[in-house]
Amino acid sequence: MAVRVGVVVFPGTNCEHDVAEALERLGGQAQLVWHTTTSLDGLDALVLPGGFAHGDYLRPGAIARFSPVMAAVNEFARAGGPVVGICNGFQVLTEAHLLPGALQKNRGLTFLCQMVELEVASDRSALTAGLVPGRRLRVPVNHFEGNYTASAEVLAALESEGRVVLRYVTNPNGSAHDIAGVCNEAGNVVGLMPHPERASGELLGSSDGLLLLEPLLGRAAGWRGQSTSGPQLLVSGASNP
Amino acid sequence: MDATDVASTALHRQLGLTDEEAARVEAVLGRAPNRLELAMYAVMWSEHCSYKSSRVHLRRLPTEGPGVLVGPGENAGVVDAGGGLAIALRIESHNHPSAVEPYQGAATGAGGIIRDIFTMGARPVALMDSLRFGPPSEARNRWLASGVVSGISGYGNAVGVPTVGGELEFAPSYSGNPLVNVLCCGLLPRERLVLARAAGEGNLAVLLGAATGRDGIGGASVLASAAFGADVEAEAAKRPNVQVGDPFEEKRLIEATLELLDRGLVGGIQDLGAAGLTSAASETASRGGMGMDIDVSAVPLREPGMEPFEVMTSESQERMLAIVAPSSLGQVVEVCERWEVRATVVGQVTAGGRFRVLDGPGGEVLADVPAASLHGDAPLYERPMKAPAWREEPAGATPPLAPDSGATRVPPGTKVPPGASTRSEADLETLTPEALAKDLLAMAYDPSWVYRQYDHQLFLNTVLAPGADAAVLRLSAPGARPAPGSPERAMALSTDGNPRWCSRDPRAGTALLVAESALNVACTGARPVALVNCLNFGNPEHPEVMWQLSEAIDGMAEACRGLGIPVVGGNVSFYNETAGTDIDPTPVVATLGLIERLRPGIPMPALSPGGAVVLLGPDGPAATSLAGSRWEAQRRDRPRPHGLLAPLDLALHRRLLDLVAGLVAARLVEGAHDVSDGGLALALAEMAVKGGTGCRVSGVGSLEGLFGEGPSRVLLCVAPAHLAEVVARADAARVATRQLGAGGGDRLVVEGLLDLSMAELAAAWENALPTALAAP
Repeated sequence: MAVRVGVVVFPGTNCEHDVAEALERLGGQAQLVWHTTTSLDGLDALVLPGGFAHGDYLRPGAIARFSPVMAAVNEFARAGGPVVGICNGFQVLTEAHLLPGALQKNRGLTFLCQMVELEVASDRSALTAGLVPGRRLRVPVNHFEGNYTASAEVLAALESEGRVVLRYVTNPNGSAHDIAGVCNEAGNVVGLMPHPERASGELLGSSDGLLLLEPLLGRAAGWRGQSTSGPQLLVSGASNP
Repeated sequence: MDATDVASTALHRQLGLTDEEAARVEAVLGRAPNRLELAMYAVMWSEHCSYKSSRVHLRRLPTEGPGVLVGPGENAGVVDAGGGLAIALRIESHNHPSAVEPYQGAATGAGGIIRDIFTMGARPVALMDSLRFGPPSEARNRWLASGVVSGISGYGNAVGVPTVGGELEFAPSYSGNPLVNVLCCGLLPRERLVLARAAGEGNLAVLLGAATGRDGIGGASVLASAAFGADVEAEAAKRPNVQVGDPFEEKRLIEATLELLDRGLVGGIQDLGAAGLTSAASETASRGGMGMDIDVSAVPLREPGMEPFEVMTSESQERMLAIVAPSSLGQVVEVCERWEVRATVVGQVTAGGRFRVLDGPGGEVLADVPAASLHGDAPLYERPMKAPAWREEPAGATPPLAPDSGATRVPPGTKVPPGASTRSEADLETLTPEALAKDLLAMAYDPSWVYRQYDHQLFLNTVLAPGADAAVLRLSAPGARPAPGSPERAMALSTDGNPRWCSRDPRAGTALLVAESALNVACTGARPVALVNCLNFGNPEHPEVMWQLSEAIDGMAEACRGLGIPVVGGNVSFYNETAGTDIDPTPVVATLGLIERLRPGIPMPALSPGGAVVLLGPDGPAATSLAGSRWEAQRRDRPRPHGLLAPLDLALHRRLLDLVAGLVAARLVEGAHDVSDGGLALALAEMAVKGGTGCRVSGVGSLEGLFGEGPSRVLLCVAPAHLAEVVARADAARVATRQLGAGGGDRLVVEGLLDLSMAELAAAWENALPTALAAP
């Protein structure tokens, strides 16, 4: 049975169909999850895609963290389920305190949509498992608030624990330590500003994003195998070995 | 005349109606209109809404073709894209609001055109912007340019429609009156096509989206249909006439509307744009041959105390009017609640063709007019036209031609524009390789400072990003996917304007523009299938402006007929005038092309080392002209050469379009670039920079060969192995080819004329725009 990934949609989210399409290219099965949903039963992983949740009003992610679905996302993450926040989704995860730090306005004070080069900094996360640290990937960014910041202590902890997942080769937005993505202690919750789904085919100029989404599907399949006693119930127990 | 008459005379003039138009309203009604009725006619009969000065000319455009599903007159044109999909497209100006408040003006320009597209049942998938400002040396122009770019970025990115390309130009004629033209394209399954028509007596008119406020009242008449004065403060006072946009509201409105249409819950739907509820309700009713009652007290308001005329003419953004059968109302409300979109029943479709405004259900009748009269009875003007004086002078008045002026190309009797004179010996002294290199460096700029600020990738469709000759987008969108197993297809889009050509000769210039736009899409391997236009002109009460418009339309009609490209929509923006001075005539066209089989590896406008540089198309002194060229405009302080624009052979151009699209589709070329403004020199420079390689070419001959501009010319970069086949295909198409040289090295060399280091060129290219727009 294909891995089922919930793609969380807030009003104002706009990358949900793109993420679904990229996951499906890898054989995953994507299911859009509206932000008022309170049960995530049957899902093997979650993606919080890019966009402008609740219009980004107040501050990106500041309102989305109060959407009803977030309690369930929190529970899913605490139970070890893979959760990935892309761009606006990363902002939501930091606002929801599922990931440390914050994303402030880009150093140049303009929106940036461009291809960037990334370096895999750690293979500890659900997105980078199996990728050799140092490996370069070409994946686009598309944000106004992508300038990662955190206290010196948090940055030091992230570095020492191998939780800086991806770094910019040439820092486009002023992020501390050139950070493009981080993960939580367990590595199952990952946030990144670049959009892997936008690097998902030759026509788009890069397929490197698939190299990140593939480990996610792998982790999701593995987690499903371990989580039969957890809060996540499978749709069909029969297909679960 | 009694006191009431005096008061109402003053009122109609304040509202922008002439005395004759006010009398016409009275004749239509058979009585004097009340204040609300007069306000509704004023906005509906404004130039902006009624096209009263341009409509008699627009009829001359060819609008039919095999793939046209919906032509001009609806919210957007719709073209068959094959495979069960259709493409909706429209372009519109938001010049005046952007001049007054650049961020909101540009933002709501994007918002308005996006609504026109999803109104048709199409998922908006691409925006393009054609932007023109005064010289960036003036602080106000920099403020306008960065404000407009931020507005497009702020609204377009958040609303979730990628901005995939456009144009940016600075020229003196736009100081005080910038041009902001926005194109939107949408994709729909053919069967979801919706037209904005009210049907079925008793059906409900449901207002969707934002509450109505006092923003944008009279925007169409006071702002869009009047010229700007010289007083900047007075113009700033018009800011309350500019609407304020909310992309988050629009995003939810897109999703709710597309779901309603997908589920067949609405009979017709119309966005509220210029002239607000008055326009949406009356047009929907009269298109369906029906009437409508609107209960003005039911309209959700943003602030208390609004007068009925304010509610009926407000241009508050992000609103739609849906026609809903009473039995479907519950489901409509449910869908809207899910998307957090307000839905309010504000009226009812009636038989009999009256458009009535009521105060409360069954309440006092505040207005009662024939629905069709609000747009159908608008006056049509055949305004006086006059060619500029320099075209009328007798041939004898032409100044004598200097021996080196290219006089043989100027037919006897040709009229000379003011300021034109012959090239002098002193001028020739400046035509050293150093001077020409400087001219070239001043032309080249990298537009990525602008498009980096736009999300140009959403929906995973953008195969060629901004900066190529045309944007190329895969044909796929949520709710409009190609049939499984069908070959991947794509559309190509290009927006083009050239005020230099069009002010020199609006008819020939506009024809050149159409030709260029079609060639831009052909350079990506696409076949041009439709065109929309945005006609930016000065004050239509000036006979020279009407002459320019009429000539431009004739030029567009000739070129579109000759190339087999139907015009599926358009927009006219008049009164682009500041302190009595009209802008240069600026028709902008956007061409849609189709690529039947999309494959990776579409050639970029770039050179590669070792590739042969081949010029396709007419060559030699008669093929190009410096008249109306970028080079001439740049050297405005120099004596200007005169003469005609280069001739356009439409039959040849049509063969060239097929040839180029075929060469690109077969991947016989590594690079292809339309040779347009800036001539061969700029085309070569752009290809060199993008390819990251120099080149050496020869046989260009003269200044005209280097910077002269002419149609039907393409620069190709061809791998040696494919050269023979490229030449053979061109010969078969009776299109000339000439190998100019080859890519390679770290200098751009045109023998005898130009020798420039690539490092210098690349630096000028990258820094031009950020430097120009940075505060001094």
